[in-house]
Amino acid sequence: MFLIHCPYCNEEREQEEFSPAGEAFIARPEAPEDISDEAWADYVFYRTNHKGDHWEQWVHSNGCRKYFMVERSTITHEILKVAAFGADISE
Amino acid sequence: MQKKYSWYSLLKAGLSGQDWDQAIPLVEPKSKYDVIIIGGGGHGLATAYYLAKECGITNIAVVEKGYIGGGNTARNTTIIRSNYLRDEASSLYEHSMQLWEGISEDLNFNVMFSQRGVYNLGHTLQDMRDIERRVNANMLNGVDAQVVTAKEIKEQIPIINTSQNARYPIMGSSYQPRGGVARHDGVAWGFARAAAMLGVDIIQDCEVIGIEVEEGRVKGVNTTRGDIMADRIGCVSAGHSSVIAKMAGLRLPVESHPLQAFVSEAMKPVLHTVVMSNAVHGYISQSDKGDLVIGAGIDGYSSYAQRGASRIIEHSAAAILEMFPIFSRVRMNRQWGGIVDVCPDACPIISPTKIQGLYFNCGWGTGGFKATPGSGHVFAHTIAQDKQHPLAKPFHLDRFTTGALIDEHGAAGVAH
Ligand SMILES: Cc1cc2nc3c(=O)[nH]c(=O)nc-3n(C[C@H](O)[C@H](O)[C@H](O)COP(=O)(O)OP(=O)(O)OC[C@H]3O[C@@H](n4cnc5c(N)ncnc54)[C@H](O)[C@@H]3O)c2cc1C
Ligand SMILES: [Zn+2]
Repeated sequence: MFLIHCPYCNEEREQEEFSPAGEAFIARPEAPEDISDEAWADYVFYRTNHKGDHWEQWVHSNGCRKYFMVERSTITHEILKVAAFGADISE
Repeated sequence: MQKKYSWYSLLKAGLSGQDWDQAIPLVEPKSKYDVIIIGGGGHGLATAYYLAKECGITNIAVVEKGYIGGGNTARNTTIIRSNYLRDEASSLYEHSMQLWEGISEDLNFNVMFSQRGVYNLGHTLQDMRDIERRVNANMLNGVDAQVVTAKEIKEQIPIINTSQNARYPIMGSSYQPRGGVARHDGVAWGFARAAAMLGVDIIQDCEVIGIEVEEGRVKGVNTTRGDIMADRIGCVSAGHSSVIAKMAGLRLPVESHPLQAFVSEAMKPVLHTVVMSNAVHGYISQSDKGDLVIGAGIDGYSSYAQRGASRIIEHSAAAILEMFPIFSRVRMNRQWGGIVDVCPDACPIISPTKIQGLYFNCGWGTGGFKATPGSGHVFAHTIAQDKQHPLAKPFHLDRFTTGALIDEHGAAGVAH
């Protein structure tokens, strides 16, 4: 169990209010009909599944129901950053 | 070198103060092998064993970062069954089942394989339709399977709650008489010892930290105990498959999640069979030692932490109590987690890769223990012949590109 800060509600809430929603930064190809089957498979099925600091998506399902991004260590579960979509996450 | 275990060796050691030879020799890695297996779990050790036994390759190293059986092999709830829905899956798991049936004799090691039967419960009309469909598919594939009613379940398992007042009343179940359990760490030790007796080097405390690839061919591995060369490398590292793949510049269609289990204090025999329920998500058996062995579900987020959230345990405990109110005062003794690599279609990957000589056997997710001998067997043949064993063919990585997935997710009795 951990606490997650929802960037929309702007509050720290219990993990149970949220649902994990997979790896972040997986962009749907612009023109699916133009890409190879390999590229499509990579988009649909292949994952980085990183061991370490990992960007992923969560949804505040029992709250505002919005999706956002979280950088979390998959080794310690420590949350490093939280960001709304489109926010600047560099630095 | 170790000797064969027998009735005589037992008597002799018993009378001489348990003076046993070391079961698995501790060896230093050599600089070169014909085949390297990364991961000393059950699947990796079984692969090495069948390579040595059936494929004429004995110059093999199994490289394990911790100790053998320290991974999921000895963290699972040991349920073995082969009643999968799809032809591809049921052929593979049934192949494994048949190997289990002779494994203790074959390995000269008692893995305590016990065919005490497996019930997969149904709690809704749709569950029962799925169960009938799966049982019919099993029978067509020559896998033993029956549909049983709630009344018959109650006769066999008097302590189960089949009352209509339950929140999710039990309507019936599938039953596989040949299903059961085995002693999981014994499986790792048995395969390791038998492989070592055939000349395989089992190198523990040796972590692979890099994979050397030259012009599309695999050359060897870098480890915490030096470089080890081989033209053929089998990766069987379960929860860490993506980490190993990354070393070779590859990605895999898997995600790693924590999966937990817990056991109670030991008690007198009370449950003689295995009971699983997908709908309320709990599964339970009683070990020969007497503790209740209970499995939980995965945490939804990805993790390598070998621990999960306590609410998942609470959920499983609730499911078990729903089915077995009699256990409400049983005290729980230990709880732990393992990291399982889950595929989108809940089926494994047994496959070559685009790097010549590099093979993966992974993605067994929450249910690979039952497949240990079969997985090792087909993977050994795949590596030895550089050609997929016929039973492994449908489990090629290609399926994620062609779309020929083997949808076992909802179809299997429960994820395990
Ligand atoms: C709680 C739980 C319950 C389960 N219940 C069941 C069940 O009832 N029935 C069933 O069929 N299945 C079950 N499973 C699934 C089953 O345990 C796995 O599918 C199976 O054990 C995976 O194969 P393995 O035994 O080879 O894995 P492991 O034993 O995990 O072997 C992989 C090995 O690779 C090693 N490794 C990783 N990285 C490196 C590296 N860089 N260098 C060297 N070595 C490395 C690890 O240390 C590990 O020993 C369960 C799993 C869990 C966690
Ligand atoms: Zn919110």
